[in-house]
Amino acid sequence: MRAQRVKAIARKELLQVVRDPRSLMIALLMPLFQMVLLGYGVSLDIKHIPVCTFDREASQHSEALLKRFQASTYFRIVEAAQNYQAVTEALDYGRCKMAIVVPPEFSERLNDSGKSYVQLILDATDDNTANIGLGYAQSVVSGFSNDIAVLYANRQSIVQQNQPVTLQSRVWFNEDLDSRNFIIPGVVAMVLALVGAQLTSLTIAREWERGTMEVLISTPVTALEVMIGKIMPYFMIGLFDAAFCLALAVFWFQVPFRGTLFTLFFTTSLFLVVVLGVGYLISVAVRSQIGASQVALLVTLLPTSLLSGYTFPIDQMPAPVQVITYLVPSRYYVTIVKAIFLKGAGIIELALPITLLSLYALVIGTLAARAFRKRLD
Amino acid sequence: MSEQASPSEPRIIADHLVKRFGAFTAVDQVSFTVGRGEIMGFLGPNGAGKSTLIRMLCGLLRPSGGRALVAGIDVGRDPEHVREHIGYMSQKFSLYNDLSVIENLRFFGGIYRVTGARLAARIAFAIEMAGLTGREDTLVSTLSSGWKQRLALGCAILHQPPVLFLDEPTSGVDPNSRRRFWDLIYALSEEGVTVLVTTHYMDEAEYCNRIALINQGRLVALGSPSELKRRALHGDLLLVDCEDPGALLLALERAPHVRDAAPFGSSLHLLVDHAGDDLPAIEAYLAERHLHWTRIEPIMPSLEDVFVQLVEATVPKGQPP
Repeated sequence: MRAQRVKAIARKELLQVVRDPRSLMIALLMPLFQMVLLGYGVSLDIKHIPVCTFDREASQHSEALLKRFQASTYFRIVEAAQNYQAVTEALDYGRCKMAIVVPPEFSERLNDSGKSYVQLILDATDDNTANIGLGYAQSVVSGFSNDIAVLYANRQSIVQQNQPVTLQSRVWFNEDLDSRNFIIPGVVAMVLALVGAQLTSLTIAREWERGTMEVLISTPVTALEVMIGKIMPYFMIGLFDAAFCLALAVFWFQVPFRGTLFTLFFTTSLFLVVVLGVGYLISVAVRSQIGASQVALLVTLLPTSLLSGYTFPIDQMPAPVQVITYLVPSRYYVTIVKAIFLKGAGIIELALPITLLSLYALVIGTLAARAFRKRLD
Repeated sequence: MSEQASPSEPRIIADHLVKRFGAFTAVDQVSFTVGRGEIMGFLGPNGAGKSTLIRMLCGLLRPSGGRALVAGIDVGRDPEHVREHIGYMSQKFSLYNDLSVIENLRFFGGIYRVTGARLAARIAFAIEMAGLTGREDTLVSTLSSGWKQRLALGCAILHQPPVLFLDEPTSGVDPNSRRRFWDLIYALSEEGVTVLVTTHYMDEAEYCNRIALINQGRLVALGSPSELKRRALHGDLLLVDCEDPGALLLALERAPHVRDAAPFGSSLHLLVDHAGDDLPAIEAYLAERHLHWTRIEPIMPSLEDVFVQLVEATVPKGQPP
């Protein structure tokens, strides 16, 4: 391998990217759009569920209960209905996902027998939101009844009884239980996989389409020199994109960063080599820019969004699907980058995914170097 | 310039080269040699196998049979080594359109590992040769085709290869630029560069030292332009200018020395065995019959006539061309 030839190719490639609006857009604008879209768009937290109330009693108790719903960040009271028809309508038109109906004899029953009820109506078309809403509503109501029980007990001078068992929980790594902290590092992986493979998927195909390949392969340049020379400028662009996305994650989305920059740089470089290699391999195989770009999108977008563990935890997947995830390079990087961000993991803790990712880089590199033939037949 | 072969030794040897694509034979048992400083032209219709032949010699296509030596190196066995000793201009456009003149030259300089003072000198030479002085930073996409062609040649010879392959280098280039391009090729040949060029311009073929006529993958004929003309016609061509071509044609068709007579514009073309002996005899024959002419003289046939004649001779009648 001759450094001079690698340099000549890398230089040429960089000039071409800088002068190609399409490549430039993929390199610089795509990461920004994706970070913003995915960063804001994807959230697994359910907050501010729109609620419709129907208070048939309008007593001190019923208002106290509804105020608790209003005070909770999980609910947002959007409508106060005056009859059942209005409740049904609000649910039908999707103005609310939940309705709370306080019966007219609410306080009366509470005073008479110390037992009462409220009705909760749920729109369960989105079963996940309904389930979570139900849970939150139960905890609001049980908090309310606890307080009332304490109040009555005090009134009747009964010594307050503690609950026999209480759970003392401590949340580690993502103390705020904010799903954004879990998702954003994964978004970075997603963006790098998409952009990286897109960029290199065009390089070889472009030369075939423009007819410059025939002359290039008539020169003494070797397949390895072409590969390294062509990947190098995109590696630099990829590192720039990575720094940009990671900075957005830390400074804009406020994801806690607990690892070291070195670990992040090392693993990100490794991941970039893999995705750029995948794109290059596709470019060598497909030979048309449109085709290569489509294949690159297909190979990176679906597996990374579904099988990398970036939103859907891998250990919750069926066993055969879990096996398939080992073929998705983003899986390793998602694991690594989440561990670096939230747990402050170092190279040693990440030895296994790093080794597997290196192995992946080696296999892709070898395949790509071999796939490039300096022949027309 | 690296010398792989001594001046007496041929720089290109094709020995029964065959290229098949499936059932189709694109190149069929072609053999020839090209010497140092020689300009060899491949002439033939589109699809005759000229480009396939050149691509085999460059190591871009693997021969299905036969052997090729370029600069003394076996192309089939060591194509990478051959590539250091050749320059190649493909039929397709071979420069980077989105790079400037100087960036293209620097790129090929890097690929061929030409460095330092030599690189500077070669780039200066190429720019001067292409007539692009002052336009070094112009994007290639904005250049006219004649300039592009000369720049592509400059890139192909940046490393001063002893052998140069040009696949239809002047297609789509205006006549003036074509003429200028051929001047450059002559200059290279004088320096000892072996040039193999394909073309379908008959007039361009006349500039070559030797021509290989190729049709349907076969080498139909090989020789200098004048040799080919003589061989194809088996005789000489005479031009007759006269007042009444119709009457003369009628008479000359039956003349004993005339093998063939045909109208050619307002004059006649006669095919005879030997112009020196037959011309006076024909003049005497016409004088006897009181027929008048203004001029009778030997002329050179065009390569187009030769090509048609030779192809007709090799393709059996009834077979599609």
